[in-house]
Amino acid sequence: MSVLPDRPSDGHPGPGSPTLELRGVNKSFGAVQVLHDVHLTVYPGQVTALVGDNGAGKSTLIKAIAGIHPVDSGEVVFEGRRVHLHGPRDAARLGIEVVYQDLALADNLDVVQNMFLGRERKRGVVLDEASMEQAARDTLTKLSVRTLKSVRQLVSSLSGGQRQTVAIAKAVLWESKLVILDEPTAALGVAQTRQVLDLVRRLADTGHAVIFISHNMVDVFEVADRVAALYLGRIAADVPVDQVDRAQVVELITAGRSGDLGIEPTVAEAGV
Amino acid sequence: MSGNTIQTPTSAQEPGGASSGFEGDRAADSVGAIVRGYVDKVRGGDLGALPAVLGIVVLGILFTVLRPDTFLTPLNLTNLLVQAVPITLLAMGLVFVLLLGEIDLSAGVVSGVCAAVLAQLLAESGSPWWVAVLAAVATGMLIGVFTGSLVGIVGIPSFVVTLALFLGWQGVTLRLIGQGGTVPVRDPVINGISNDTLPVWLGWLLAVLLVLLYAGLQLARWRSQRARKLASEPLVIVVARIVLIAAVVLGVTAVLSVDRALSAAVELAGIPYAVPLVLVLLLALTFLLGRTGYGRHVYAVGGNAEAARRAGIDVTRIRVSVFVIAGTMAAISGIAAASRLGSVTPGSGAGNTLLYAVGAAVIGGTSLFGGRGRVRDAVLGGLVIAIIANGLGLLGVQAYLNFIITGGVLLLAASVDALARRRATTARR
Repeated sequence: MSVLPDRPSDGHPGPGSPTLELRGVNKSFGAVQVLHDVHLTVYPGQVTALVGDNGAGKSTLIKAIAGIHPVDSGEVVFEGRRVHLHGPRDAARLGIEVVYQDLALADNLDVVQNMFLGRERKRGVVLDEASMEQAARDTLTKLSVRTLKSVRQLVSSLSGGQRQTVAIAKAVLWESKLVILDEPTAALGVAQTRQVLDLVRRLADTGHAVIFISHNMVDVFEVADRVAALYLGRIAADVPVDQVDRAQVVELITAGRSGDLGIEPTVAEAGV
Repeated sequence: MSGNTIQTPTSAQEPGGASSGFEGDRAADSVGAIVRGYVDKVRGGDLGALPAVLGIVVLGILFTVLRPDTFLTPLNLTNLLVQAVPITLLAMGLVFVLLLGEIDLSAGVVSGVCAAVLAQLLAESGSPWWVAVLAAVATGMLIGVFTGSLVGIVGIPSFVVTLALFLGWQGVTLRLIGQGGTVPVRDPVINGISNDTLPVWLGWLLAVLLVLLYAGLQLARWRSQRARKLASEPLVIVVARIVLIAAVVLGVTAVLSVDRALSAAVELAGIPYAVPLVLVLLLALTFLLGRTGYGRHVYAVGGNAEAARRAGIDVTRIRVSVFVIAGTMAAISGIAAASRLGSVTPGSGAGNTLLYAVGAAVIGGTSLFGGRGRVRDAVLGGLVIAIIANGLGLLGVQAYLNFIITGGVLLLAASVDALARRRATTARR
C-alpha cells in the first residue's frame, strides 16, 4: 500500500472533512463494467446509507473499499490522503472494517473470543484472556449494549440481533474509523432491528464514519444522515437525507432519476 | 462465601439504568441457580462430560455385579488403565482432527507403521531405545504432514484420503514386519512404559503435588477474575471441581499403590509409567488447545472456517497441522501398544483400534461435526472403551458379541452427539 500526499479537494482538512472519498472509481470484471465513474463521500459521525437494486454494484463497491477487489481506475482518498488498497489487510490497517451480511462469527466460540478472533492478545504464547475480556466489555459498554447476558456466552446461544451486535462491536474494537455494514437488519425481527439501528446510530455518534447498506427505506430514513443511490453501477445521487423523500429514493433506485436528481437520461440509457 | 451481590441470571435488569448488562458474568452463587444453569446447559445440547461419566459409573457397577471377584480388584483396575492407554493416546490426536469436522481413519494403522519402525530399529539394527522412539515419532509426524497436505492443500475429503491410507499403511507395516511375522520388543525401557511402575512413594508425591498445583491454579484464576470483575464461576463450583479431581487422583493412586501381585512371594505395587505419560500429554495438549492462539484458531476453523479465513487465520496451515498432531499421537500410541504387548505384528493398529479411538473421543464428548471437543474427552472416553473391553474379556463373551457390542456403543455415542447438536441448533432463539 502506498500513501501519496493529496491536494485537498475542497479547502482545508479538519473536523467535518470526509473520512473516505471515492473519485471517479471504475471497476470491471472481464468485459463487464460494474462500477462507472463512482463518486462517493463519507463523513465521520455520519451514517451514509448506500442503496441500490440487486446488481447495482453495492457489493462490488464495498469490496473495493474493503480492498478485496482493487479498483481499476479512479482515486480512493482516506482522511485526505490518496491510498491504494490491495487487500483486506491494507483496509484494516487504515481502520476500515466491514461487517458482512453472513456475519463471520464462529458459533462455538464465545463473544470475547469472536471479537478478538485472529487478533488475540497474548502474553508470551499464552492468550491474555483477562485483558481481552476487559476490552470487549469496555467496547460493548461504550456502545451501550445492554442486551448481552454475559460476554462469555457462546455465540450460538445469541439471537439474530445480538449476533449482529457482536459483529458490529467486533468491528469497532479495532480503532476503526470507517465501518461498513452490509444489510445489518435483514432477517431481523422488529425489536431486534430497533436494537441494531440504535447501535448504528451510536456508532456514528461516537465519531465513526458509517456506510449502511439496506433495502429497507424505513431503516434508511430512520438512521441515515446521507443517502447514496447506486443505479447500474453509477451514483445516481449522494445527498443529505433531509433533501429527499422516500418516493424519490425509490425512484432513484429503480430508474436512476427523480426530478432534478439522478443520472442524465442519455447516460443512464448508455449504461443499460 | 464471597462479598459479591447475589444476582441470579433471571433477575431483572435495571431498565435503562447505568448498568452495563452482562449480569450473567457475575454468576449466581446460590446452589439452586447453579443447578438450574447446569440443567439449562444440558438441555441446550451441551452435555459436556456427562455421557462419559455416566458410562464409567454404569459400566463399573454392571461389571462389578457380574464379576464381583475379579472386576474391582487392584490388579484388574491396573490392567484396565494400561489397556486404556494406547486408545486414549490415539484418541487425543483424533480430537484435533475431529474438532475441524474432519476424520482420520488411518490413525490406527499409522500407529502400527510407527510401532513397526520402532520394533525393526530395536531388533534389526540394535539402535538405542531413544533413537527408535524418535524415529517412530518422526515417522508419525511425516505421515501426518502427508495426510494433512492431501486434505488441506490438494483438497481431497479427509474421509477418502484416510480410507485409502488405511489400506496403504497396512501394506507398509506388512512389508516392514514380514508376512505372518512377529517382531518382539525386548528393550527394557520400551517395555517398562506399560509394565514397570513408579516407586510407591514417588507416585504419592506426584499425586499430591498434582492436586496442590491444580487447586492453586484454579483458585488463583478465580481470585484474579473476581478481583478484575471478569466473568467467573461461583466459588462452590471451583471448589467442588478441585475436590473431585483430588478424589479421583488420590483414589487412583491409592488403588495402584496396593500390592496387586498374585503370589505373596513378590510385591507388585505403584503407578505404571504409562499413566503419568498420558497425564503429561493430557496437560500439554489441553494447554495447547485451551490457552494458546493456535488452539483458539483450531476451534474457530472447526466452528466456521469462512469466519476464520476472514479473520486472517491461515486455514490451510491449521488443517494440515491437526493431521500432524494426530500422526504424532498415533506414533506415541503405537509405542505404548508395542510396550504393552511386547511385540509388533502386521496387524498392529489394524482391526478395531481406530474404531475404539474414535469411539473414545466421541463418547468423551467430542463432536463428529467439528467445533466441539476437549483433550480430556479422549481420557474419559478411553476409560469407557477400556472398561467395556476389559469387562467383556472377564465375562468371556464370544468374539462376535464383542464386535457387536463395541460397534453398538460407538453408534450410541454418535447418536447422542447428533441429537445434542440438533438440540443446540433448535435451542437457539
